[in-house]
Amino acid sequence: MSNDARLDQYRRRFLGGAATAVTGLALAPGVMLHQVAHARPADQPVSSDVRWGMLIDTNKCGNGCNACVTACDEEHGLTGHGRPESDAQWIRKVELRDKQTGHTQSLPLLCQHCEKPPCVDVCPTGASFKRADGIVLVDKHICIGCRYCMMACPYKARSFIHEDLQDQLPHAPRGKGTVESCTFCVHRVDNGRTPACVEACNAEHHNAMVFGDMNDPDSEISQQLEKYSSRQIRADLQLNTGVRYRGI
Amino acid sequence: MKSAIQYREIDGGVRFYALLGFIGLFVLAGLGAAYYMEHNGHWVTGMTNQVVWGTPHVFAVFLIVAASGALNVASISSVFGKTPYKPLARLSGLLAITLLVGGLAVLVLDLGRPDRLIVAMTYYNFKSIFAWNIFLYIGFMIIVAIYLWMMMERKMNDYTKPAGFFAFVWRLILTTGTGSIFGFLVARAGYDAAVMAPMFIIMSFAFGLAIFLLVLMAACKWSDRPLGDAIVMRLKNLLGVFIGAVLYFVMVYHLTNLYITEHHGFERFILLDGGIYTSLFWVVQIGLGSLLPLALLYLPATGKSRTWISVASLLVIIGGLAQMYVIIIGGQAYPMELFPGKEVTSTFFDGVVASYSPSLPEFILGIGGIGLALAATVVGIRVLRFLPTSLADDMVDPHHSTA
Repeated sequence: MSNDARLDQYRRRFLGGAATAVTGLALAPGVMLHQVAHARPADQPVSSDVRWGMLIDTNKCGNGCNACVTACDEEHGLTGHGRPESDAQWIRKVELRDKQTGHTQSLPLLCQHCEKPPCVDVCPTGASFKRADGIVLVDKHICIGCRYCMMACPYKARSFIHEDLQDQLPHAPRGKGTVESCTFCVHRVDNGRTPACVEACNAEHHNAMVFGDMNDPDSEISQQLEKYSSRQIRADLQLNTGVRYRGI
Repeated sequence: MKSAIQYREIDGGVRFYALLGFIGLFVLAGLGAAYYMEHNGHWVTGMTNQVVWGTPHVFAVFLIVAASGALNVASISSVFGKTPYKPLARLSGLLAITLLVGGLAVLVLDLGRPDRLIVAMTYYNFKSIFAWNIFLYIGFMIIVAIYLWMMMERKMNDYTKPAGFFAFVWRLILTTGTGSIFGFLVARAGYDAAVMAPMFIIMSFAFGLAIFLLVLMAACKWSDRPLGDAIVMRLKNLLGVFIGAVLYFVMVYHLTNLYITEHHGFERFILLDGGIYTSLFWVVQIGLGSLLPLALLYLPATGKSRTWISVASLLVIIGGLAQMYVIIIGGQAYPMELFPGKEVTSTFFDGVVASYSPSLPEFILGIGGIGLALAATVVGIRVLRFLPTSLADDMVDPHHSTA
């Protein structure tokens, strides 16, 4: 082979590779976006083909960082009344210290969106319910405020509205005398976005929270769950939670 | 038995209206308290997102449990065929209904949205024990009403026994349902125990009988009707047995927990260092509410005195309320164990004992429920023939000897 011919071969290889790379760059966002956001058309019912879930890496969770909590409060208009014992909290930061070793950790705790939620079991009217895609919600129109779900929730994830509400946000309706909890930002998820807490965590560059479809083997959350060991809080209850933790 | 027992309404004089007016004040105060709580929201109460069931639940569950127990006297007569109890059966059925009404009123008025009672009646999740209980409570009132009708309508007397048997079975299921509200809760260390259902049944025997004894003695005294020792002594001996049985179940419940390492923290909290809950358990529930009444009922010096029997009954009621307080509020105050082996802190009071102090409106609402039950009872014996004209010894027990 002459030098010219060899040079042509190199050029061809280079151009071919470049073209593949460019094609990949052009297509990748579409493919990736498809994985992240399963925006469901509004005229289609929620399907159990999807199971929304969250993986929280406690090693990445910033000690002292409260971004997820602040973002949740803002997203849903959860303004306190300076009474922490009765103010609503949908997500909270919990600090852990091992009694034996002294090892400390920090993690966000929210509704775990169980596959078999005790709150749904005990609700007399069916106001506590689970959507087909695994999101546990409260129908504020038929909640009678009996608070049995709060007695039954093993994660203390629910809040009772103890006073009148002002300036509610249209996408996060609430009601005095009813119970509420984390909705996995259902209004965002149904529009192909991620929950506010995850967005805030990423904005802080902690990237400790991954949200996605646990039924989709190609989703980031499924792949991480397959690759790394993770835990459910109170796994002994066998509730098959939608929120999983790494590092605890 | 000397002759057929005669029943008559109580007289409607000044004493009746004075009593009704007095009790009515408590009912009105309870309604006012409920309005105040609902209007402002529950932040004006002692309840929080940590302790979600407060003092109203203590009174409500106590009254509901006592209601099923109040029916016991009738059951002993109709189901177990003990004729000396027969003259008391009507009052027993009436109290069963009125106590339940009082308890349910408190429960409903403490809801976040009591205005949505109709929702609770029309939307059902049949996996919820609360939903079962709605049927059990309403069914209980209907069945006991039918049972009373069988007893009070001469033509229907033949059906008293089957109706009484059905009511007896129903009340056992009902109290099982009430106990299971707590027994089936896996989340908290103090609950999640099957023994709570039978424990609630035996608690109902004691609380219901204590209330029955007091109401019976007061009603006979204020309407000037004779009440012989034969019946009072039988009832007070029975009360003593029930108190002992409650103690046994409480012991089994705690011994089970004490054997299981994961429950040691909770047991330590209730039995040793839980502050108000430990005091209520040992001093009020066990000491004043169980051991002292046992002594009063059985010691020769006090066991035959109506005054001391009344005091013992009152103590059983106070001890019962304390027991409910320890179960309901103590069970919530103890932190949930989400991360075994870790010390936990958060802005949402994880890992710490939740503080709760009953507020005045909650307490008044609870007292209002008792008031409603008593007012309904007083009206009941005024308008219908629930109370025998005489419960003198020779009326009650044919074999009674005055020796």
